[in-house]
Amino acid sequence: MELTEKTLDYNARTSLLKSLSWFDWLYALVLAGGSIYAFQLYGNYMDAYEKGILFLAAAGMIWQGWFWKPFRVLLLAVAILSLFGISQYHGQLARAEQTFFLKFFFGSQTAIMWMSALFVLATASYWFALLTRSGFTARVSSAITWSAVVMGLVGLMTRWYESYLISPDVGHIPISNLYEVFILFSILTAMMYLYYELRYQNRQLGAFVLLVISAAVGFLLWYTFDRQAHEIQPLVPALQSYWMKIHVPANFIGYGAFALAAMVGVAYLLASKGILTTRLPAPELLDDLMYKSIAIGFALFTIATILGAMWAAEAWGGYWSWDPKETWALIVWLNYAAWLHLRLVKGLRGPLLAWWAVIGLFVTVFAFLGVNMFLSGLHSYGTL
Amino acid sequence: MPFLNIVNHPNSSHRNPAQNLYELLSSMRFAISLLTVLAIASIIGTVLKQNEPYPNYIMQFGQFWFQTFEMLGLYDVYHSSWFLTILAFLILSTSLCIYRNTPLMLREMRSFREHATENSLRAFSHQAEYTTSLPADTLTHRLGKYLLGQGFRAKLGAPGESGDILIAAKSGSYHRIGYLLTHTAIVVICLGGLIDGNIPLKAQQLLGWKKIETRDIPEREVSAASRLSPANLSFRGGVTIPEGAGADVIFINIADGYLVQDLPFDIMLKKFRVEHYPTGQPKSFESDITLIDKATKESVSRTISVNHPLVYKGIAIYQASFGDGGTRLSMKGWNLFSPTDQPFDMKGAVKQDTKLSNGGATYTVEFTEFRKFNIENFAGEDGGTSAMDNLNKFFQTGSTKRAQKDLRNVGPSFQYKIRDAQGQAREYFNYMLPIQFEDRWYLLSGMRMAPNEPFRYIRFPLDRQSNIDGFMRLRAVLLDKQTHPEIARHFAEFALQGEKTDPALRAKLVDSTIRILDVFASGGYEAMAKLIEKSVPAAEQDKVAQTYLKILESSTLSAWRIAQSRIGQPVVMDEITQGFVRDSLNSVSDLFSYGAPVYLQLAEFDEVMASGLQLTRSPGKNIVYGGSALLVLGVFFMFYIRERRVWLLVQPRLGTVLFATSTNRKTMDFEQEFNRHKTHLIVLLKE
Ligand code: HEM
Repeated sequence: MELTEKTLDYNARTSLLKSLSWFDWLYALVLAGGSIYAFQLYGNYMDAYEKGILFLAAAGMIWQGWFWKPFRVLLLAVAILSLFGISQYHGQLARAEQTFFLKFFFGSQTAIMWMSALFVLATASYWFALLTRSGFTARVSSAITWSAVVMGLVGLMTRWYESYLISPDVGHIPISNLYEVFILFSILTAMMYLYYELRYQNRQLGAFVLLVISAAVGFLLWYTFDRQAHEIQPLVPALQSYWMKIHVPANFIGYGAFALAAMVGVAYLLASKGILTTRLPAPELLDDLMYKSIAIGFALFTIATILGAMWAAEAWGGYWSWDPKETWALIVWLNYAAWLHLRLVKGLRGPLLAWWAVIGLFVTVFAFLGVNMFLSGLHSYGTL
Repeated sequence: MPFLNIVNHPNSSHRNPAQNLYELLSSMRFAISLLTVLAIASIIGTVLKQNEPYPNYIMQFGQFWFQTFEMLGLYDVYHSSWFLTILAFLILSTSLCIYRNTPLMLREMRSFREHATENSLRAFSHQAEYTTSLPADTLTHRLGKYLLGQGFRAKLGAPGESGDILIAAKSGSYHRIGYLLTHTAIVVICLGGLIDGNIPLKAQQLLGWKKIETRDIPEREVSAASRLSPANLSFRGGVTIPEGAGADVIFINIADGYLVQDLPFDIMLKKFRVEHYPTGQPKSFESDITLIDKATKESVSRTISVNHPLVYKGIAIYQASFGDGGTRLSMKGWNLFSPTDQPFDMKGAVKQDTKLSNGGATYTVEFTEFRKFNIENFAGEDGGTSAMDNLNKFFQTGSTKRAQKDLRNVGPSFQYKIRDAQGQAREYFNYMLPIQFEDRWYLLSGMRMAPNEPFRYIRFPLDRQSNIDGFMRLRAVLLDKQTHPEIARHFAEFALQGEKTDPALRAKLVDSTIRILDVFASGGYEAMAKLIEKSVPAAEQDKVAQTYLKILESSTLSAWRIAQSRIGQPVVMDEITQGFVRDSLNSVSDLFSYGAPVYLQLAEFDEVMASGLQLTRSPGKNIVYGGSALLVLGVFFMFYIRERRVWLLVQPRLGTVLFATSTNRKTMDFEQEFNRHKTHLIVLLKE
């Protein structure tokens, strides 16, 4: 006899909706109100897809905030600081260099420099915490990482606004070139790390994950100071599409997750060799985290690649042209598909998979940077 | 992974070869090997540039390797027979895998495994046992409620002989659907891709029904064997249409040739537009096109742009590129071989040739390109501006200056090749408008001998009226040996002004000036450098060079006076004039390596653009998209629906409850859940 709820009339599960607090609802209200307000202000300039993206993004962020509570605070903080920053411009780009708050905090370039500095600081601080086993320092490191994420997001928001101040036809979402996506990468990787930090109640891995973020920041700084890459450039025709708004973030959640997995892999390998073993979480936790982030990375990377194909079909006339960037996306994808098969189907665990995750990051980095540097093709937007 | 164990441990000794083959093809090992080969092949395709013109490959690899690589199909890896064969095997293998696993999976999904025995439960790695004094029906009720509350579906077994009651529960069975979805998706996507690949075409080629055209002939003359009918299921090709013209075919590039695809409609291009941002970067490319259906005569007019194609009866028309559609050019030609100060008029059009004759020699001017805008980087241009630097160029090798960025929009330019009777050609790139360097204005002309070289630029200085005429007049005077004595005398007079010098000295100065002018007129600075190297001891070369340069520069000032006086113009002696003269000397010298009989100065243009359209028909697209949707869905099912089973064996006889749980994905969440159930059960089993 199959048991049914009717025969037993009992439900012990608390559904998500019932568990929501007043703050959750306030948060949802602010987001819903905000998106409606934005729609009223700018709806005339959006096409149907962009309107869809606006509301779906709002819905997605409401869900994300309900699912991961600190996200609500993060989002509200970013919103308040960004709006404050934007209010300081009075519609003049030049004020970014003159007004106190913009010059020292929220002007896009300044905010991004803050983000960079804070990420590097957090890296050092996490390492200090790891080596001295200081719980307090570890908590401080988390706080620094959170502030770096806030500043990075505020920087992107004001950069978005600044691009429109340059000229309305230049304005665009700041995820269009290598410089901007590196910022996005740093922020997303940090956010995913912070999510797992809370989830596993474990701050030791920050030392590793923040290393890869610091490397990205290093690249960003070199790119800024040596190549003036931070200048806002208008969009070439191929990039003027709503597809960019979904394809790029999906891709970078994927890349960020793979980077996170690789750094956890490094920690795993060190711990398995007896280095820092007592300071790092148990191997099962590392293994689990590695799997989870590769899984989320794989899922999002799959979506991103499909979105990319759909975009390509609209921009170039073919959903798959075997252009080097596409091909390398496929290689990355196959690589992680093999990883997942080995772990899930063959039940493999241990250092081999950790090594594989680390090497996977190199393959990923090649797909994301190397292709632009060494191979030519249709995707020639972010040349070095 | 119990169910996998079932299929993965076949007793192969009892099987026939066909079954073994089936085992192999449907095994994951085989699939993973195929994927690895596919990945490596894909890498080759990204490292070796695909679908380049064959001569480029021959140049790169040499004849032998060129042929070897061609045989392996490496110039178009993704359409080579072997690559497609691997794909076909992947489809086969994955299909077999699905075929083999699905029944098991469905059975697994439906089953509660309510017939598990006590012994098998005790063998589980995750199990616990509790004692309880509650009566059996209270227990089953409570435990059942608990499991349902935790999101399980549960089944209550009938009491066994010993009175034992088994509650079997499961959750997340749809996890298994994930496998089905993802793997079906792979098959669907590959099939869709193969439909859009050129399989039918390949077959026709193999059968000899279709032949690739490799000759560069007018489209009308392409034979039927190299044409594809409008009924062709799937194609992707391009065509370039000049403004005001039309087309009803596209070209599909294959290997070292092409096929012509006939279209069911005519496409007319009314207008092509490029818009630019203030910074000069392109902002939009748009074509106003009209389609006229050949069958129904229906016509559709639309503007297409990048990211906004037009789809007509399953054929999508994209803005792919643009080019010149035969811009008409009016030029002033400056004869460089026999310097005159008057230009001649010349007309031409991009993509057309014009004949040019100079005395006995005839040349062909092939106009290749016109650009209305140019964003150029002029910082770090090779070579300094001083005469000494220019002269030094010939003493030393290569300068290593760091390239800097100084981007400017410098207006229109055009490009042409001048081919001599022997067929040798050099390529030229001329800007229409003057360009400023360090407050002086120049007209620039670039020259190169081979397409893969960068252009080397000559700068023609502008005179006070902002024309090139002054330079040309000065050059005519300077290169005319007949005027050299006059220049030398003028210079000597000027140089020795006011001094009572002896006529012999003056004559000597005149003589050496003539000599310097003659040498310069015969080959510029290079000739001077050669002369100095040959006739002056090494230690004094520098000093002599300085002196010669001074004389050359000053006498060129005299030449300038003479040139100006011929048209009745005075010369103001100031910095500007001196700079102009120095620049002129450099250009005159550079012109010796210019290699063309003329400098063509663009006077007017009438731009005609051409739009590059890409047309595709891809019936596989929606199949691929459908497969993609399955893939995403399946991936989420597999990752985020966790399959778990719980068994609670109530043994009233012993007053115990045996708890066992399993999953097909052992993650930490499962451990946590196991522990949670354990603590909950302790509470539940109390009074
Ligand atoms: C391009 C080809 C393939 C891709 C991208 C692919 C992808 C995947 C992915 C992502 C998983 C998820 C792991 C999981 O959570 O279960 C999986 C599982 C699996 N794959 Fe594949 N796969 C491919 C081909 C094959 C083939 C040809 C076989 C045939 C033997 C196969 C057998 C399996 C099995 C048995 C599972 C485990 C399903 C389960 O336990 O739920 N795969 N595959």
